[in-house]
Amino acid sequence: MTTMPLLHRASAVAAHASGLSKVYGQGETQVVALDQVTVDFRQGEFTAIMGPSGSGKSTLMHCVAGLDSFTSGSVRIGDTELGELKDKQLTQLRRDKIGFIFQAFNLLPTLTALENITLPMDIAGRKPDKQWLDNVITMIGLKDRLHHRPTALSGGQQQRVAVARALASRPEIIFGDEPTGNLDSRAGAEVLGFMRNSVRELGQTVVMVTHDPVAASYSDRVIFLADGRIVDEMQHPSADGVLDRMKAFDAKGRRS
Amino acid sequence: MFRTALRTVLAHKARLLMTVLAVMLGVAFVSGTLVFTDTLGNAFNKQSAKSYKDVAVSVSTYETNEPGADGKKPEPGLSPKTLDRIAAVDGVRTVTGRVDGFAGVADPDGKLIGNGWSNTGTNFAPAADGKDAAYDFTDGAGPTEAGQIALDRSTASRGEYKVGDRVRVATNGPVKEYDLSGVFTTEDGAVNAGGSLVLFETSVAQKLYLEPGFFRDATVSAEPGASDREILRKVEPLLPEDAEAQTGTQLADDQAKQIENELSSINQMLLAFAAIALFVGIFLISNTFTMLVAQRTKELALLRAVGASRRQVKRSVMAEALVVGLVASAIGFVLGVGLAVGLRSAMGSFGAKVPAGPLVISPVAVAAAFGVGVVITLIAAWLPSRRAAKIPPVAAMSSVHAVATMKSLVLRNSIGAVFTLIGAAGIIGGAAVGKDGKLIIGAGAFFSLVGIIVLIPLLSRPVIALVQPLLNRVFGVAGKLAGLNSVRNPRRTGATASALAIGLTLVTGLTTIGVTLGQAIDKMTTDNIKADYMIAMASGGGLDESAVTALEKAPGVSAASPQRASWLTIDGEGASASGVTPGDIERVLAVKTVTGSLGTLNGDAIAVDSETAKSRGWKTGDTVTVEYQDKKTARLKVGATYEQNEFISPVMISTGLVGPHEADPHTPEVYVAMDGGMTEANKQALVDALGDNPAISVNDRQDIRNMFGGMINTALNVMYGLLAMALIIAVLGVVNTLAMSVFERQQEIGMLRAIGLDRRRVKRMIRLEAVVISVFGAVIGVGLGTFLAWAIGETIRSSIPGYALVMPWERIGIFLVLAGLVGVLAALWPARSAAKLNMLTAIKTE
Repeated sequence: MTTMPLLHRASAVAAHASGLSKVYGQGETQVVALDQVTVDFRQGEFTAIMGPSGSGKSTLMHCVAGLDSFTSGSVRIGDTELGELKDKQLTQLRRDKIGFIFQAFNLLPTLTALENITLPMDIAGRKPDKQWLDNVITMIGLKDRLHHRPTALSGGQQQRVAVARALASRPEIIFGDEPTGNLDSRAGAEVLGFMRNSVRELGQTVVMVTHDPVAASYSDRVIFLADGRIVDEMQHPSADGVLDRMKAFDAKGRRS
Repeated sequence: MFRTALRTVLAHKARLLMTVLAVMLGVAFVSGTLVFTDTLGNAFNKQSAKSYKDVAVSVSTYETNEPGADGKKPEPGLSPKTLDRIAAVDGVRTVTGRVDGFAGVADPDGKLIGNGWSNTGTNFAPAADGKDAAYDFTDGAGPTEAGQIALDRSTASRGEYKVGDRVRVATNGPVKEYDLSGVFTTEDGAVNAGGSLVLFETSVAQKLYLEPGFFRDATVSAEPGASDREILRKVEPLLPEDAEAQTGTQLADDQAKQIENELSSINQMLLAFAAIALFVGIFLISNTFTMLVAQRTKELALLRAVGASRRQVKRSVMAEALVVGLVASAIGFVLGVGLAVGLRSAMGSFGAKVPAGPLVISPVAVAAAFGVGVVITLIAAWLPSRRAAKIPPVAAMSSVHAVATMKSLVLRNSIGAVFTLIGAAGIIGGAAVGKDGKLIIGAGAFFSLVGIIVLIPLLSRPVIALVQPLLNRVFGVAGKLAGLNSVRNPRRTGATASALAIGLTLVTGLTTIGVTLGQAIDKMTTDNIKADYMIAMASGGGLDESAVTALEKAPGVSAASPQRASWLTIDGEGASASGVTPGDIERVLAVKTVTGSLGTLNGDAIAVDSETAKSRGWKTGDTVTVEYQDKKTARLKVGATYEQNEFISPVMISTGLVGPHEADPHTPEVYVAMDGGMTEANKQALVDALGDNPAISVNDRQDIRNMFGGMINTALNVMYGLLAMALIIAVLGVVNTLAMSVFERQQEIGMLRAIGLDRRRVKRMIRLEAVVISVFGAVIGVGLGTFLAWAIGETIRSSIPGYALVMPWERIGIFLVLAGLVGVLAALWPARSAAKLNMLTAIKTE
């Protein structure tokens, strides 16, 4: 897909959710985490999902990424409707079409950096595309640390390995769950830079959940969630712009 | 602090489950053993007290062939006159004469009822009222005519005999048919233990077992109020030389003591295996507490930060162990009592009758159960508690988990290496010493076992690295991760594998020795026996002369020689001798002549094995003075020397020479060679010639081999059974370790699931880790066990001709496969829970 012309890609949709709801519990204790959310994540776009805690931003990401089940509505990754898939097919879909970057890095301490990067391909039993892998590794700048184990790497380096792991199998879409949450601002900026570069230079599609306006400012588009609904959207955001918008929600929330 | 400990125990119920199970099983084993033997002992004691209840004094005589002081043969046993004199003693109410011996009852198919050595016959001795106080007839009456017998109830029912039926009974002579006159019950201990008892009319029993008119034993009952000791004092002077009298109480006490001795040796063996099981349990418990401490690093550090002393932290962990130990011991004890009850009824269903009696739970058993359970748990928790005390208060602030370090393994490895080397040196040294090296080997085995256990974490990396390529290739990513995970915490892997290694060391060692011995005996049998059949009494007693003659005359017999056990005094020194048939003996047994010729046995000559000849300084052609049992002497030549043989005594003599001098010959077995070899027809011909006697067994060469091989196999199976408990605990250890691993790696497993590892392969990963750990432990155990078996073999080499170490490869293969299966089995639950893990919560766990 990444070889498609840029123009065409901009209009194509990598992931799509419509009328997506997620309800926990029943009756009195019922909690609506997502309430009829409809959203598109376009190919070759870097989207940030923001919102106060409890707004449902993580739940939205988990449902779209096939990590969590939803109560009603539909989710499509490319042409595949997730609601119809069994666990095994979902696992395969995640393996082949989705990349993940977690807040807690989540690398296997028993494997070297390189082995961690190629793990999704190992699981799929595929040989990694040598050239692509070289590109990715060069981009994240860990060439000389490939044979170190994660415990010998700094937090920033570990997260860069995790980014490389997500990119290495050339997934249709990468989801990041607070990828800079455990990093200091410099390391965080580095990682976000790589994520943006992967979109700009490699044509990757990235969706990231964050509560950090600075992190969100690296994206092409920010979606604001509150109480399980999309309440706003911002194109080409700046950190200040995002912060102001967030403050506005906060104030609204306090008034009501 | 104790309350905190109690709370933590309750909070970690699930994780302590395996620990509780391990302690529980060990304690159940210990308390089951104690309660079982106590109960059994009590029942047997009551039984023997009951069977001697009415006996004031018991008189018994011993068989002797020695002529008395007057040169005349003494009276055989007790004469009616002696009994009359005893009856006349003050305070004596009745005197009952008894005479007994072997009596085998055939079932309607002609097979012997019972197992040969517990088939007895005695006389029915009615008092004036026509009843014999020792036997209660449930059907019919006692035998009053020569052609009648009575049977105990269980034997009668096993043979499906009813009063009036014809019953074939074999004594040492030929088989005879009798009319069944009655069926009885008795307090006789042997009968209650599952033996058979035949009652004959008194004169018949006397003729069968002694001489007409004489009794072997007598029981005396007393008038009410008379003193047993007083009667004993008065009876003793009336007895012949070879008789001995004891009071009934004394006899009951003696019997009780004997039973106690027998039970205590069973007890000790069972407890030894319980100890092994508990020892194995230590590893599991220690693992659990190590993990609990690691998980609570922050919490414990916080306690330290707010002012708890090291000692208090340590004590809180020990208090936890105490609670766990107590709870597990209590459950284990209850289980043990259940086990004892089950064991007793199981024995009953195997045909071994156990006298009924109440369940005896002695304070010792209770104390032992709790003592053992608590002490073991505390010992196992001691190291982890020390580690807990060492957690610095600052650990409460840092978010980093305490990781297992390899640092402190340096000291550990050095100690382990020293122990292993000392142990190995001891084992090799002991093997070199030979016969007397057993103790050295024992000590060496202990040291090397401890050394290996200490070293196992170090060994785990290189050993498992060897199979890593195989895992990668065959199982792909799941195999790769499983292998890497299994060496992630070498200490824990080591402790888990140790438990299995100990069990496997013992199993492999015992199996190798057993198989080696079996093979050696088998070889000895096949090398030495040329005969087609060996005929012997099922009772293990001697064959009657009539049987020997019948065999010689049986159709198809080409050579037959008895192996009569005799005792000759040659040139003033005693020697055991085999009475054989000259000419035939070398055709039924492989006797290798060294000098002279066995043909000379036909004349006035003996043959001697070369070792004896050498030590006594005899050469072929020498003349020696032989004194027979009846004190008559003869001058005989040494006609031949032969190679020492397990089946023949050091001296051979013809039955023709020794026969006339032995009034009561003892022939344990007769070897027979037949035209056409071993065939059904030939066997039948022998059975027919012996009058279809159920008490005599006709064994072909395979039977002879099975006789010994069967014994070894049974012994091995019993050992396997007893070691099973230790192995079960080892398996629990594997379950425990995997459950811990899964718990600790939730986040990782969640990530793997998220990036596309399916449930099946998550399960496979956990399973393979279990298999790797189990097989690793098994390999270590098999190696050590084989080494030990070799060493022990060296010490017994000299006493077994043709000894050669036989490696039971198939069985070792089976052990390793079983170890793998154990891994799969142990991983069942942890793998399931890993596969079911909720990805989202797992990833979020911090």
